[in-house]
Amino acid sequence: MSLVFAGIMSHGPGMTARAERADPAVREPFYAALERLREELERSKPDALIVIAAEHFANFFMNNMPAYAIGMADEYEGPIEDPEWLRIERRSIPGAADLSRRIVGKVMETVDVTYAEEWKFDHGIMVPLNFLTPRFDLPVIPANINCQGPPLTPLSRAYEFGRAIRAACDAAPERIALMGTGGISHWPATPNSGKINVEWDREFLRRWSANDRAALTCYSDAETLRDAGQGGFEIRTLTAVAGACEGSMGEVWFCEPIPIFATSGFAAVMDLNAEAEARAA
Amino acid sequence: MTLYRLQKLLYELNRDRQVQEAFLTDLEHLLCEYQLSEEEAEAIRSDDVGKLYILGVNGQILMHFAAWRGYAWDAYIQAMKDALAEHGQVRGGIYAAVEGGEGGAV
Repeated sequence: MSLVFAGIMSHGPGMTARAERADPAVREPFYAALERLREELERSKPDALIVIAAEHFANFFMNNMPAYAIGMADEYEGPIEDPEWLRIERRSIPGAADLSRRIVGKVMETVDVTYAEEWKFDHGIMVPLNFLTPRFDLPVIPANINCQGPPLTPLSRAYEFGRAIRAACDAAPERIALMGTGGISHWPATPNSGKINVEWDREFLRRWSANDRAALTCYSDAETLRDAGQGGFEIRTLTAVAGACEGSMGEVWFCEPIPIFATSGFAAVMDLNAEAEARAA
Repeated sequence: MTLYRLQKLLYELNRDRQVQEAFLTDLEHLLCEYQLSEEEAEAIRSDDVGKLYILGVNGQILMHFAAWRGYAWDAYIQAMKDALAEHGQVRGGIYAAVEGGEGGAV
């Protein structure tokens, strides 16, 4: 059946852990945009949700760091963080091992992806699920791009990873939703936490919405570090979603800086219907 | 190499309840296993999140550790600011402070 929904959103732990400290004038419309994402996701009636995330050393370390990984289990657990700190109860999350296996097999035709039959979710997946599937009942397939331990995979390869996931989804009969999560510019977990380059964020999302492959993949890591902080390396997850939706255009529903969340709150979707109509024509 | 081992200890501590138990019951033995420098070991012993930041521990690993050790958010950010003022710039990794550590949502 292929993709029935594709979007991106921020995943900062502050979105749940420090929600009350955000300016309500910005927080409430942001949460409304996330609610709209949830409704749109449900309307697409997915059998499973692939979450392309940038984990923060929940499963992978520098002793054996995969550039790309996909979960292949029927059950996951999260959050890895102190549940009281993140304000998300620790729980089991359903997976879809059989579908994962087929996706991994297909992705391997073009990308040397690691598979993992154990996976602990951190805030990078748990926070988005908290908003998108608050009952945690939709089978999830986690995917990860290393955005923490350099050397990092080139952005052009992240786009290709997305294309490979799309090819795998196209070959599966299931209805599959795709969500990319990460920050755009941010300097998280530093004394500067809360610093956000708003113009850089808006320009990145403009490129993402246009699905401008060349413009999305031309940032060097040095430029990203300088202009968007080490958190900016997470654009790989968002770029992968663009790759999965090559030929589609996106729409940004919300993007405003929320310093106590350490990043801009953002939500955006790709218009898969327009792409399908173009293919049919 | 010791920064690698320091981060590995914190990585495993963050995700493994058995390592957490070892931390709480026999910390010296655990520190010995990871062959940390005395400066690193002392930062762990004293829950000195600010010093661990300066030593170059990846910020995401450190954020999880700080939460587990009971640091409130503002105290955690302030600890990094204070350590930056006391010890100077971060010595390794990709989480160096910018603009003297100014700003931040505290």
